[in-house]
Amino acid sequence: MQIRPVLSALRKHRVATVLIAMEIALACAVLCNACFLIANRVQQIRIHSGVDERALAAIKLTGFDEKDGVDLNARVLSGLATIPGMRSVSVINAVPFGGSPNNAGITTDAAGKQFAGVVNFYTGGPGSFTALGLRLIAGRAPQDDDYQPVVHFVPDDALVWVSQSLAEHAWPGVDPIGKEFWVGRPHFRVAGVVANLARPSPGEGGPSTIEWSVFVPSQPGAHFAGTYLLRASPEELSRVLRDARAAIAKIAPDAVLETATSQSVASLRETFFQQDRTMAGILLGVIAAMLLVTALGIVGLASFWVQQRRRQIGIRRALGATRGDILGYFQTENFLIVTFGIVLGMLLAFALNLLLMTHYELPRLPLYYLPIGALILWGLGQLAVLGPALRAAAVPPVVATRSV
Amino acid sequence: MFGYYLDLALRSLRRNKALTALMVLAIALGIGASMTTLTVLHVLSGDPLPERSSTLYYPQVDPRDSAGHDSDKEPMEQVSWTDGMNLLQAKRADRQALMTGGTVAIQPTQSALDPFYEDARFATADFFPMFGVPFQYGHGWSAADDDSSARLVVISSKLNDKLFGGKDSTGQMLRLEGTALRIVGVLGDWRPNPHFYDLNVTNYAESEGVYMPLSTSQDLQLAHDGSVDCWGNGGAGPRPDHSATCVWLQFWVQLDSPAQAAVYKEFLVHYSQEQKALGRFQRPPNVRLRNLMGWLDYQMVVPGDVRLQVWLAFGFLLVCLVNTVGLMLAKFMRRAGELGVRRALGASRRALFAQLLVEAGVIGLSGGIGGLLLAFLGLWLVRQQPASYAALAHLDPGMLLTTFLLALGASLLAGLLPAWRACQITPALQLKSN
Repeated sequence: MQIRPVLSALRKHRVATVLIAMEIALACAVLCNACFLIANRVQQIRIHSGVDERALAAIKLTGFDEKDGVDLNARVLSGLATIPGMRSVSVINAVPFGGSPNNAGITTDAAGKQFAGVVNFYTGGPGSFTALGLRLIAGRAPQDDDYQPVVHFVPDDALVWVSQSLAEHAWPGVDPIGKEFWVGRPHFRVAGVVANLARPSPGEGGPSTIEWSVFVPSQPGAHFAGTYLLRASPEELSRVLRDARAAIAKIAPDAVLETATSQSVASLRETFFQQDRTMAGILLGVIAAMLLVTALGIVGLASFWVQQRRRQIGIRRALGATRGDILGYFQTENFLIVTFGIVLGMLLAFALNLLLMTHYELPRLPLYYLPIGALILWGLGQLAVLGPALRAAAVPPVVATRSV
Repeated sequence: MFGYYLDLALRSLRRNKALTALMVLAIALGIGASMTTLTVLHVLSGDPLPERSSTLYYPQVDPRDSAGHDSDKEPMEQVSWTDGMNLLQAKRADRQALMTGGTVAIQPTQSALDPFYEDARFATADFFPMFGVPFQYGHGWSAADDDSSARLVVISSKLNDKLFGGKDSTGQMLRLEGTALRIVGVLGDWRPNPHFYDLNVTNYAESEGVYMPLSTSQDLQLAHDGSVDCWGNGGAGPRPDHSATCVWLQFWVQLDSPAQAAVYKEFLVHYSQEQKALGRFQRPPNVRLRNLMGWLDYQMVVPGDVRLQVWLAFGFLLVCLVNTVGLMLAKFMRRAGELGVRRALGASRRALFAQLLVEAGVIGLSGGIGGLLLAFLGLWLVRQQPASYAALAHLDPGMLLTTFLLALGASLLAGLLPAWRACQITPALQLKSN
């Protein structure tokens, strides 16, 4: 297929050509960025919590008097443990995706000068470390005498287990075991590192801080009561949780069960990311509608051109051009216009990405999005032009002899 | 002439139904998407108190110790009990109120209702006049009631409906957390959006059901609900200690003129210096006095996703418009013969241009109607979302008008270039070729 005649014909339709190319360019910019945003959301939805989500559930009680906390812990722990299928019950302050984080700014020196970021403290009673299923990658697991009483919101002086991500942030390049940090007066020493441990509300401090969590073994007491971690086999979990919620009414009639947070960790995760899933759905909808409109626009203009050139097509056919030649002509024409659009669109896509980066916490658009976007738009163009081009190919040579 | 052009436009549009439908659909989709997202943004970034917002200010001071001083430039976002009380009692503003949130258990006596939890606001007397809260029955309380920790409450109309079937309940007793409190007022319909005076609840929360003097809530040791931010040796518990180094209260002032605001800011600096001299504050004075809208901006209450959706929708509208320009160009150029005849018969270029723009306008209006239907559908979908602001997504008359203006404006803009091109034809050439 010769390109030169196609180009010189396009020169006669400069305005329409520029319009389609612009439409493709805009579509390319929006397509690449919207796909990138979707990929970002999906990545967020797929974060590692570091715990055995399918085997865990939380029970959260409120409305009881602080002085009854010790008694409540004892009643709930012994009461729920008798439920068939229950592997373990332990006291914890929060679970990943359950919200209610225990955030505090930490410093790596006692004087409070070396600020190392705002991290979340999980306080967990005996049994909770094993129940969570945290994967230890350095140091040792908590032992019985590591569990300290909670003074304010955490024990005042305790051994802690940090996530790998936090360890790399606070002590880059060095062995974190034995390192110390402070929250004002309370002092902590790292005894172990776990592979992953997401915050109770992952993403609130930015994507890089999702796993800035500390696990503090703590002794349940008046200041540390009301939220419980249940573990059962994944198959039995929903029944065990149902039984546990029913049992709470008898075990602790004085407390109120928070239904929204007393769920399995898997369903808490589901609820937590609902907004992101909706947003990804909206983005997909916009992409689909935009591609549809673009395709219809190409169909409309191509049909117009075919109609306008019926005579010329007839002449070419009469001079010996095959149907394939005519079909190829329109397809080449479309390919060229879409290519102009894509070249312009790549620049626009980067400009839009820069604009979005200034307003949102977004990384730079990876380069491989551009060829993928280009392929999609080329395909779309060819598909859209196929109908009008087939109609053009069907124009009989005899048209040339008629004076319209 | 306009009627004639309208008739011509309708005839021409009817002649090629597929192309017309395509243009209307493109505009409708673009307008529908833009209006849906724009309405959500409009609702969320609205002024909660349009008549008062310019005179309401949120003072901030920085009572922290010097640890980590370099890392935070902004003062704290709430005030401690001591500072709140000092600023309240200084009475340097036209009105001032100190407040915080809570959750109380209500034990209905008069009906078969089970006990239930209700959000509460513990505030000082100026809360009602300062925010212009409407009353259905009764009134708020006085500064004297604050001083004497009077056992009284004001309830929302929703709670009044639930407990008293909407009848005037002032003078009745309400039992909460084991104490009986006299109802002195029932609020009218009041739901400022966002929930500006305490953004810790959730940005678009409903207003509370129970309001009572802050001093009474402290006497009854009611649990605090909201954000507590501590430094130094500040402790945490369900109810922060009054002497604790924690901020957990919101303090609002009303300053009727910008000059007064400047004076008040001076006062905050003096106050900080004084407290530093007393040894309570350790950092150099660092104060802010944002007005209501400035505070909402600073807190970034409008969710980032909502803004992103608006960007996207307008990008989409642009694609739809460029598409419409192309289609209109095709449509107008196809009618070169007809336009040539009109030119030859004496119609001026201006007349042709007007005729074509009327046609573009008709497409825009139809697209606007389609877009409106799509926007209603879109907003219905938004309301099905789990977000806290979802229930607020409704089209108001202003946005309705905007929809049509946007659709009409967009389609006329899209019609300009094709109409201008179509007017450039030479009548003789067109007549000859036919």
